[in-house]
Amino acid sequence: MERKIRVLIAKPGLDGHDRGAKVVARALRDAGMEVIYTGLRQTPEMIAEAALQEDVDVVGISILSGAHMTLVPRVVELLRANGQNNVRVFVGGIIPENDAAALLEKGVAAVYGPGSATSQIVKDIQDALIGAAA
Amino acid sequence: MSLVEALLAGERLALARLLSQVENDTPAGRAGLDALYAHTGRAHLVGITGSPGTGKSSLVNQLALALRRPPEGTPPLRVAIVAVDPSSPFSGGALLGDRVRMRDLSGDPGVFIRSMASRGALGGLARATAAAVQVLDAAGFDMILIETVGAGQSEVDIARLAHTTLVVEAPGLGDDIQAIKAGILEIADILVVNKADLPGADNTERALRMMLELANPGRDPHEHQGWRVPVLRTVAAQAQGIPEVIAAVQQHAQHLRSSGEWHSRDRARLTHELEDRLRSTLAEEFHRRLPAADYEAAVEALLQRQLSPSQAVEKLLRQADPARSPQSGSSNG
Repeated sequence: MERKIRVLIAKPGLDGHDRGAKVVARALRDAGMEVIYTGLRQTPEMIAEAALQEDVDVVGISILSGAHMTLVPRVVELLRANGQNNVRVFVGGIIPENDAAALLEKGVAAVYGPGSATSQIVKDIQDALIGAAA
Repeated sequence: MSLVEALLAGERLALARLLSQVENDTPAGRAGLDALYAHTGRAHLVGITGSPGTGKSSLVNQLALALRRPPEGTPPLRVAIVAVDPSSPFSGGALLGDRVRMRDLSGDPGVFIRSMASRGALGGLARATAAAVQVLDAAGFDMILIETVGAGQSEVDIARLAHTTLVVEAPGLGDDIQAIKAGILEIADILVVNKADLPGADNTERALRMMLELANPGRDPHEHQGWRVPVLRTVAAQAQGIPEVIAAVQQHAQHLRSSGEWHSRDRARLTHELEDRLRSTLAEEFHRRLPAADYEAAVEALLQRQLSPSQAVEKLLRQADPARSPQSGSSNG
């Protein structure tokens, strides 16, 4: 059986706008990945727990609420604490440049702003994981 | 520590990783299954199936919640959930969304939820679902809830895997009789009318009772091998009717045990699995030894209508084993 890339798409925080998350989830599915969608208002703890149970390769966090500087590093921290050191985390949303740089420094693999092409996200994930695949 | 040892010691990451190995049918996954097999056979396997949109995931969520918070005096059960969603036939990818309805279960170490893509299998489960369930069984979960792909008529694999099968129906999903054809009705140990607060619930319930009657003419309409199939109403979104479903699931387990059917279902399931393995292993081995040219010649003979499929098989078997005595008559099996 062929190994599939597994991705968790999560939507933390209190805003209810999940269109972007759904668009990305679909694009990844159409690229042959298995995408676990968790729905709205996830806490970092919920995201890390789902990532563990689902043994995902990638966690995508969609965030528009402005709380990215607290929520995203917390997710990265929890993943590492659970032993999921190799899970790639990417973030999509409205993230100011300085914040994006800080998130990358804290272990986030990529930050995508509005207008990012989903094909770029697909390609980045494939580049990072194909070859690294067990 | 190996994955298997870590899993048996209760490490959730090891469990998650072994599930992936099993799902991908890797050598490590197969070795893990071999090592864990002696630890299986303890969990109560409960299937939840039904048409898309009947609220299977919400019902699973409520069932798990109730099992985790039982009435005083009974210990909570450790619950695993395997939720299967379809893979796209075009990209091979999948969007697995059952967790959206299960957020209430987050943060509870006595619950483990795993989403699975069907990966092209057609029976409502993935090919590796049975193996994944074995891993969860070995990991010590008391009850494993297996949610199928939104199934309609022929996706009845779940009945073979589960001890207890719930078929979920809801009002207003088109023609009630059409929605629940005989195939899927016959596998039900428990029928649930979910969304029972919607108009039309009475009609749905009546239709289900009528179908039960038609399926068992001249007998107690609900009775099958000593078990009366209950028709229960729930509103999963509001946690209504859940204790009754749990009670029915537990009564069914008791019934299976006291009637000996638990054992005979296990036996039937394992026989089927052995048969399946035997077939695929034998076929693989035969193919390895068979010269490709002989195989091609057989296909060509079929195309030219010189041999029937069963004659072609007979010929290939004789080529592989000249001492083989010809089958009596020409079977068309």
